[in-house]
Amino acid sequence: MQILIDNFSEIVDGFVVTLWLLLFAGLIAAVLGTVLVAMRVSPITVLRGAGTSYINVVRNTPLLLILFLFRDAFPKLGFNYSINNYFDFFFVAATVGLGLYAAAFVCEALRSGINSIPVGQAEAARAIGMSFGQTMRQVILPQAFRASVPPLVSTYIALAKNTSVALAIAVTEATFVMKKLTNDHPSERWWIFVGFAGGYILIVWVIALIGNVFERRGALAR
Amino acid sequence: MILTKRTRTGVLGAAAVLALILSACGNDSSSGSKTDVKVDDSAKFPAGSTMANLADAGKITIGVKIDQPGIGFQKPGADAPEGFDIEMGRVIAGALGIDDSGINWKETISDNREPFIQSGDVDIVLASYSITDDRRKIVGQAGPYYVTGQQLLVRTEDADKITGPDDLQGVKVCSVEGSTSLATVQDKYGADPTPQGTYSECVDALKNGTTDVVTTDGAILLGYAAEAPDELKVVGDPFSEERYGVGYKKGDTEFCQFITDTIKAAESDGTWATAFENTLGQSGVDTPDPPELDPCQ
Repeated sequence: MQILIDNFSEIVDGFVVTLWLLLFAGLIAAVLGTVLVAMRVSPITVLRGAGTSYINVVRNTPLLLILFLFRDAFPKLGFNYSINNYFDFFFVAATVGLGLYAAAFVCEALRSGINSIPVGQAEAARAIGMSFGQTMRQVILPQAFRASVPPLVSTYIALAKNTSVALAIAVTEATFVMKKLTNDHPSERWWIFVGFAGGYILIVWVIALIGNVFERRGALAR
Repeated sequence: MILTKRTRTGVLGAAAVLALILSACGNDSSSGSKTDVKVDDSAKFPAGSTMANLADAGKITIGVKIDQPGIGFQKPGADAPEGFDIEMGRVIAGALGIDDSGINWKETISDNREPFIQSGDVDIVLASYSITDDRRKIVGQAGPYYVTGQQLLVRTEDADKITGPDDLQGVKVCSVEGSTSLATVQDKYGADPTPQGTYSECVDALKNGTTDVVTTDGAILLGYAAEAPDELKVVGDPFSEERYGVGYKKGDTEFCQFITDTIKAAESDGTWATAFENTLGQSGVDTPDPPELDPCQ
């Protein structure tokens, strides 16, 4: 127990990196996931095909493999982007990798929402002369989003926990701090595990809470 | 799966080719110069002691690293690992009357050494296992059988800029995740850690510029520098003391005494020095004086 108190600031530093990963990767996933789902339900065959291919490739590839790809292939190709010393190359690589990976799941969560809207609504929108874009923006997506909240929450919870995989490509997030502490203090191993599990549970709990708020609002608006 | 006659032939053909490739790989994997180790068949031990149990079984399981050149390293396709830790493991097994065929090498990573000892999955651990007070709270550590120090490996063009640990403030430093070396540069010298799974991944990151320094025990770094002398250089003096010990189950003082005596004997009869020359000495370092061993508690 004492071990968690003594190293509290270091543990917090680790979880701050975890939260930055979650935030940036989550934003990438939200934007790209929305674009992808629009492609997947669009009337244009090429876009549908491209969206489906993306999902099939990215969703079926292990996350660790995607992260290794970014770590190894990009420096060889000359991409060595880092924003500053804190958001370094490894952080950027991990964020992009996590974001692209989670986007596939966000897309599918949103698509499940769209599929839950009766096709009659889209037909009615078309009948009064709305374009595809208008139909999506004003009729389908607002309702689809509400129906998608539970699977989206699951996706973001998975993303929060998947940030721990970034340890494998040299991001010093919470799991890195945990491994450092277990190596330095093997006799305190169990308390360290309990402490870090608690940290992740807290993050996930907040995400679930936000999800609940959205769900309740959706229920009222319907 | 339905196999037509044609695909079946194809599968068999592929298997045959694969077998050929594998056997071709296996041929050159015979491990290099091994130290001659006395296998003491006539050794007598008090009944019921760990030594007697191991000697009677004729088998010992030793936890080692397999990704550290010179210390404990298994070449792709090789049957057994090689390195200084491995040689010392063979010395201890030999004193129990167990030859190479009775040794079961089990890979351990830094994180699972204590659990492996506590659960009895391994009998002893020789895995660049630095002796620390906290580790001695939960496992026994006999030794040290080797004392080394942490150094820095940099790209040749940076060798003027980074000359020692004091230049590491805010610099990206790579070592294996969860290692003592990485904790030292992070906590004492303010380095920015970029942990990887293995040292070779660290060296790749150093070469492609995503990290600037690799740090671990000097002996390992010298091995990598020797592989790419134009690109990489080891700089500075050792700035920490790592005392490698043999891990065993806590409280087995008898066994500790046996391990300590065996290593002492190997140090005085020259086996220790030969083992060093055959492994870590290959990277060009002079054979040091064998270390003084701690008394068993």
